Amino acid sequence: MQKELIKLEHISKSFDGQMVLDDLSLNIHENEFMTLLGPSGCGKTTTLRILGGFVNPDTGKVIFDGADITNVPPNKRHLNTVFQKYALFTHMTIAENIAFGLKIKNKPKSYIDDKIKYALKLVNLEGYEKRMPDSLSGGQQQRIAIARAIVNEPKVLLLDEPLGALDLKLRQEMQYELIRMKNELGITFIYVTHDQEEALTMSDTIVVMNQGYIQQIGSPESIYNEPENAFVADFIGDSNIIAATMIQDKLVEILGARFACVDTGFGTKKPVDVVIRPEDVELVEPECGTIKGVVTHLIFKGVHYEMEVMANGFEWLVHSTVLSPVGKEVGIKVDPFNIQIMNKPESEDEEAIAIEI
Amino acid sequence: MKYKKNILAAPYVLWSALFIIIPLCMIFYYGLTDKSGAFTMENILAIASVGHAKALWRSLLLSLISTILCFLLAYPLAMILAGKKGNQTGFIILIFILPMWMNFLLRTLAWQTLLEKTGVINGILSFLGLPPLRIINTSYAIVLGMVYNFLPFMVLPLYNALAKIDENIINAAKDLGANKIQTFFRIILPLSVPGIISGVTMVFVPALTTFVISTLLGGSKVLLIGNVIEQEFTQASNWHLGSGLSIVLMIFIIINMLVTALLEKE
Repeated sequence: MQKELIKLEHISKSFDGQMVLDDLSLNIHENEFMTLLGPSGCGKTTTLRILGGFVNPDTGKVIFDGADITNVPPNKRHLNTVFQKYALFTHMTIAENIAFGLKIKNKPKSYIDDKIKYALKLVNLEGYEKRMPDSLSGGQQQRIAIARAIVNEPKVLLLDEPLGALDLKLRQEMQYELIRMKNELGITFIYVTHDQEEALTMSDTIVVMNQGYIQQIGSPESIYNEPENAFVADFIGDSNIIAATMIQDKLVEILGARFACVDTGFGTKKPVDVVIRPEDVELVEPECGTIKGVVTHLIFKGVHYEMEVMANGFEWLVHSTVLSPVGKEVGIKVDPFNIQIMNKPESEDEEAIAIEI
Repeated sequence: MKYKKNILAAPYVLWSALFIIIPLCMIFYYGLTDKSGAFTMENILAIASVGHAKALWRSLLLSLISTILCFLLAYPLAMILAGKKGNQTGFIILIFILPMWMNFLLRTLAWQTLLEKTGVINGILSFLGLPPLRIINTSYAIVLGMVYNFLPFMVLPLYNALAKIDENIINAAKDLGANKIQTFFRIILPLSVPGIISGVTMVFVPALTTFVISTLLGGSKVLLIGNVIEQEFTQASNWHLGSGLSIVLMIFIIINMLVTALLEKE
């Protein structure tokens, strides 16, 4: 892992008595693409604004490159932000927008001109210097907002739901563009989104947040395959979350049937939650399955069929490329390594905090 | 659909024909003819006579000063208002608009009483042992009256323009390294130009044409072009000269609007 660049230490923040962030600590590394992911109101945007300097935390410290910048105003910080609705200066041309930060720093004109050319090339909008922001499409405006930020050579680029206002196709294109830009620039990106697909596609590290707490930090694969609690499992992709009992190491009882799994160390006869991704549920002949059920719903989704199977009192969500018609009796089978066991939270507080870092 | 819309516009078309277009034509007719009905430029050129030119110059100067004062008073207030949220704003704006609910003449008369040699303000000043204020019947009193009456017309458009600026645009300027002063002059001020233009127009034009404020607070000593035109119509009954001078005033207002429109493009 690269060296640590930013440390958030025990950050708390409340607005009008409403706790938004509660004792949040987070380390961000050099050259990392980190995504803060969570539903609205989870504190992800507040975290970004604290990093940018637009919001002061009630308690806690922001350490940047070894220095405490908690009380440093935004214009003195070595990071730049790409705002949600672009926030371009509508009274200036594209070139003037991009040059804004450099002019403030009194850079020579030839340097500024070179930088504008370089930035427009990076975001694939060469020749747009004289245009006004209003004459550009949403996607183009977003690229200009990125260009305007990166000409200042920040060590960190903060992106606040930058693709939120774009349509699906453009959003997917921009995801690849962002990855390319990050690799070309070699700087840290901190990205805020509520879109799990965006987070999975682009990030090195995903921080899943809920109600002001970090729920899980990890690579996209580990977040998806090994969610640490029901919230993460539910928020990232579709999943079957079922209350179950851990009989012993590597054996779990789900809805009265015993399934082999790979997890150990949960104790014996311990109530747990299991997560099974819908694509990991196999439908087989009734007699071959661990439990039997009946298909109740069927929807064609393009790449796969989405089915619901009623089995032992639980409606299982199943994704499969093989069609099983409604009313058909099926058996359900799950491979041991596809069953993810999670500790049941014992109180609501614990549910919210869920993990310590 | 288009037909229906045309029907809906009919009342206004009729209104503007009766009360705007026809009167305007009449002013041009009177302004460009003499008493016998023959064409003449004399009524227009009459502006060059010493008395008229002086009144016009004084009007331009006083309304310009009033507009600048209104702008300097209104801009900080509008900025504070635009930065506030919800209920607070409504209340402060209400306080500002409240005087507008009272008759314009009454309010100006009130200033007359306040500023008189033996008026309320001088009463208080002499009670405190201070020298009396002698501004009634001077240009100062007229400027005071103009600023007092027209200030809300500056505050509201400025407030509207400033409230429209997205907070993130200001954050973006800070993010790119601009301090508060740089953010103000490079971002906030340029983005509020539409508000400045309508505010300036809404103060400058009525200030330039007023004759009530100058009559009540300037006495007969300080004549503005508005007073001259009024006198031509009411006392001298010379509609031709009055109309001619009105046309000249209109030309100055159009010039003012062209200049501000040009500034907006910059």
